[in-house]
Amino acid sequence: MSTDTKAPAADQPDAGETPEAKPSFMRLFGRYLTEANSVMVTIYSLILAFLIGAILLIVSDEYVRSTYTYFFARPQDALSASWYLVRDSYIALFEGAVLNLNTLDRFAAGTAEFGDLLRPLSETLTYATPLIFTGLAVGLAFRAGLFNIGAQGQMIFGMLGALIIGFSFSLPAVIHLPLAIIAGAIAGAAFGAVPGVLKATTGAHEVISSIMLNNIAGLFLVWAIGTGFLHSETKSDLITKPVDESAVMPKLLSGLSESLRVNWALPLGIAAAVFTWWLLSRSTFGFRIRAVGFNEHASATAGMRIGSTYVTTMAVAGGLAGLAGAALSLGVGSSGITTNTALEYGFDGITVALLGRANPGGIVAAAILFGALKAGALSAQPDVPVDISTLLQAIIVLFIAAPALVKAILHLRTPRGGLVTLEAKGW
Amino acid sequence: MAVKPFKLALAGFSAVGLAALAACGEAPSDSNGGDNADASFLACMVTDSGGVDDKSFNESSWAGMEAAAKANDDIEVQVKESSSETDYDPNLQATVDDGCNFIVGVGGLMTENVNTIATANPDIPFATVDGFSEVENVYSIQFDTAQSAYLAGYVAAAQTKTGKVATWGGIQIPPVTIFMDGFAEGIAKHNEDKGTNVELLGWDEEAQTGTFINGFEDAAAGKSTSDTFITQGADILFPVAGPAGIGALTAASENDDVSAIWVDTDGFVSTEYGAEILTSAEKGLETAVKDAVDAAYKAANGGDAITGSYVGTLENGGVALAPFHDFDSAVSAETKAEIEALTQQIIDGTIVVESPASPAAS
Repeated sequence: MSTDTKAPAADQPDAGETPEAKPSFMRLFGRYLTEANSVMVTIYSLILAFLIGAILLIVSDEYVRSTYTYFFARPQDALSASWYLVRDSYIALFEGAVLNLNTLDRFAAGTAEFGDLLRPLSETLTYATPLIFTGLAVGLAFRAGLFNIGAQGQMIFGMLGALIIGFSFSLPAVIHLPLAIIAGAIAGAAFGAVPGVLKATTGAHEVISSIMLNNIAGLFLVWAIGTGFLHSETKSDLITKPVDESAVMPKLLSGLSESLRVNWALPLGIAAAVFTWWLLSRSTFGFRIRAVGFNEHASATAGMRIGSTYVTTMAVAGGLAGLAGAALSLGVGSSGITTNTALEYGFDGITVALLGRANPGGIVAAAILFGALKAGALSAQPDVPVDISTLLQAIIVLFIAAPALVKAILHLRTPRGGLVTLEAKGW
Repeated sequence: MAVKPFKLALAGFSAVGLAALAACGEAPSDSNGGDNADASFLACMVTDSGGVDDKSFNESSWAGMEAAAKANDDIEVQVKESSSETDYDPNLQATVDDGCNFIVGVGGLMTENVNTIATANPDIPFATVDGFSEVENVYSIQFDTAQSAYLAGYVAAAQTKTGKVATWGGIQIPPVTIFMDGFAEGIAKHNEDKGTNVELLGWDEEAQTGTFINGFEDAAAGKSTSDTFITQGADILFPVAGPAGIGALTAASENDDVSAIWVDTDGFVSTEYGAEILTSAEKGLETAVKDAVDAAYKAANGGDAITGSYVGTLENGGVALAPFHDFDSAVSAETKAEIEALTQQIIDGTIVVESPASPAAS
């Protein structure tokens, strides 16, 4: 997460080095904690989201609600029921996302494998992987002042591109897999460039055109799956052919246990994050993206071509979203994709990019958090309502997008540089 | 932020006051009112992407699970929902980890995932709904709904005044198209036997193409599709789309001469549009799932292992043509007799209703 606002604490030596510096550091640290800077707003948003989530859990549980009807007759019932519900729910989420305590017991007793112990983490990373790519796709465009809502559509085209190369050939895996991944990136980039071209040539706003293109991609997918070219030869359900064995993303930890689904798309996602970081902060193109994002008119005056920057940025963003599609159709969806495989990863990418503050490292962290929520909620069924993960994500982003709200609720002080919010230009 | 203490206190008091109004009830006596909480047998279900309240096969299967739990205090049931097929594996794995004694996977798309996990856990009995499996410990629950739809198609062809009937589906998947295939064949049978020329809109059995609204929820889309068919002259509608099929019933209620045939359940009982419903092509999913849970429970308590497959047919009552209810007087005695005869011929095998989506078992 961003450390740019740590400046006041950074010029002090570490705590405990000299007796004189200690109170001063503590004071600065305290000031830092009560200030609405981007790090603390993120942390407080998470805490507030889990508190609101707890209230909603209590309100939505029939039994706990019933204990509140006689609150004054026996308050301890309602209080303890609420406490146990919230505690057990969050423990269940943790167990599904990080470490299952039952499995740990069984592992200690020798009845579970080490691989079983890693399964929750593997699920978290599996669900996080597409979010890393779509988060980067949205985040990169943010930096150029573009709001890329089209990651969903770009991902769908990436999914189809990778799938077609994946089932059409049978090649050695070293050639086939990269080829299919590249096909996914190209398909996503081509579809992603469309709103960029429309904006550069006609001024059509990318928010509108990319939303509409999402619909086009979604309906195209429904139609495409049904065509003879893509449709499964063995099943009459609405599902495509499986990709060839040689184009399937190998599992990362299959040596430990076959049930660990996390695959090579994850390291690919980390590599994409590193690439995006390099692109933004070390390359000329990245400098142009950021310059246009800061002020397009100044950039134009300085001789930068705004239109081509929009097109290339959207193409690169589309390529990243396309990789999310490739990760799905060659990974968890390699036995054939349906209209549900893409879920809402493209739209969730927007929230991931917001939470990660359009910063590649932050996006990876945010994607893993959201992956953990999804994996945790899935495994905590039916004791915890499965919608809790979507709900928590929504509340987190609500607070992130409105730092003034967090500041007001917690009576935080305004940091020196003012409140940090992310915004797309052009409205 | 300077919120005035007075305002804060006021807000606090009103909140407590509201809570107090709701909180004056009597405390209940300490008793354990849990739902079969100390049952010895845990039956679990994993839904497909429709979720447990899809007004379709997930919901019917869950109703069967709950019925089993209600009838036997020693059975506890739980459900895990999937939002896409990529959730099947973790959900199935979680049911195994939860120590479920019987695991039901709903939907043909899940069959392969059920097979994989059943092979890895040979001691746990599994079931697949609307799918066929050859794995030893997987029980297949399927329905030859083409048979009941065939009878429905025959009735529709006999009852139409305009010579045109229409069908449309939710999504093009086997549990849907099998109804449409059977319906088409029933109409063809009537045309052949009676020399009529009744036309079916919305489904071409030969090409396996037709009209679908790409979902099971959108009753408005169902209504506009139905309106289109009515404009084209259809006077009997056969929606195969779960709750979205309600759109066909509202369309029928707005047109005096148009009626509808419902699927899965007896629509005269399960919907509010009984007056529009000529008959229904029923599918006994709830009963079949309940029976499977009961059988698995007996097997766990020393009975025979639950294995092989179940195919609901006209013969075993797993599928059926519902009564005509309000339309009873409109359907001629001749047609009723022919339906009786056709039912008998399907049961004894003289007539074979075949669909590419027919159950693979036997």
